[in-house]
Amino acid sequence: MAVKHARPLSPHLSIWKPGAHMAISIFNRVFGVGLATAGTLMLVSWLLALAGGKEAYEGFMSYANWWPGYLITIGLTFAFFFHFAMGARHFVMDAGAGFELKANRLWAWLIPLGAVLLTAAVWLIILGKAL
Amino acid sequence: MGTGTELGRVRGLGSAKEGVHHWWMQRVTAFGNVFLVLWFVVSLLRLPSLDFAIVTSWLAAPLPAVLMALLVINVCYHFRLGLQVVIEDYIHGGSRIIALGILHLWTFGMGAAALYAIFKIAFTGAAHG
Repeated sequence: MAVKHARPLSPHLSIWKPGAHMAISIFNRVFGVGLATAGTLMLVSWLLALAGGKEAYEGFMSYANWWPGYLITIGLTFAFFFHFAMGARHFVMDAGAGFELKANRLWAWLIPLGAVLLTAAVWLIILGKAL
Repeated sequence: MGTGTELGRVRGLGSAKEGVHHWWMQRVTAFGNVFLVLWFVVSLLRLPSLDFAIVTSWLAAPLPAVLMALLVINVCYHFRLGLQVVIEDYIHGGSRIIALGILHLWTFGMGAAALYAIFKIAFTGAAHG
């Protein structure tokens, strides 16, 4: 049944001028994959350690409190807020709004900026409590 | 399908008639995640610390336990749909089938492990061990 003709493809990457909208789109996919793999692994390990009792949990947290642990959790926080902001952008664009060039470019820049600010806010609270 | 007519052949290569459902569930679970994940982040920030006794007594309460279970189900549903699209875009032929199989194992494995942990803490009470 499968007919092995090379089916026509529409040009995509070659005909657009690169811009912020392209960058945030591919980064959203990369961060989504990161959240689904590393983020899920981190959440599930944390929950299992918690269910495993005090000793297991403190063992897990001693790794989380080591600098690579911070690198991963700060990275995941940023990836989450980026993906979150992109999701909000998707909701707006699914409704058919925000396609005007200026508005679209503005939103494309606001997403990484918002993700940085929200990540900074969360980690300032965490580090503020640790002091 | 496909009785040899042109229409039948087109149907054989055409839409599986489930794209809209996939697309819609991606949005529905995204909307749920807005509330569930923000609730989770804010809850953790509001805890005095992430010490064992504090976190377990928080998670053992009915509302956090149920919301946490919903978060796990919703997140797994959402990334199951998302990763499927990524796999279908970049992996072709037989490896695609294997990758989609691994995705199923990952989704259900991680989901089941997380739910087990949540329910264990919720049902056996806080701060033991």
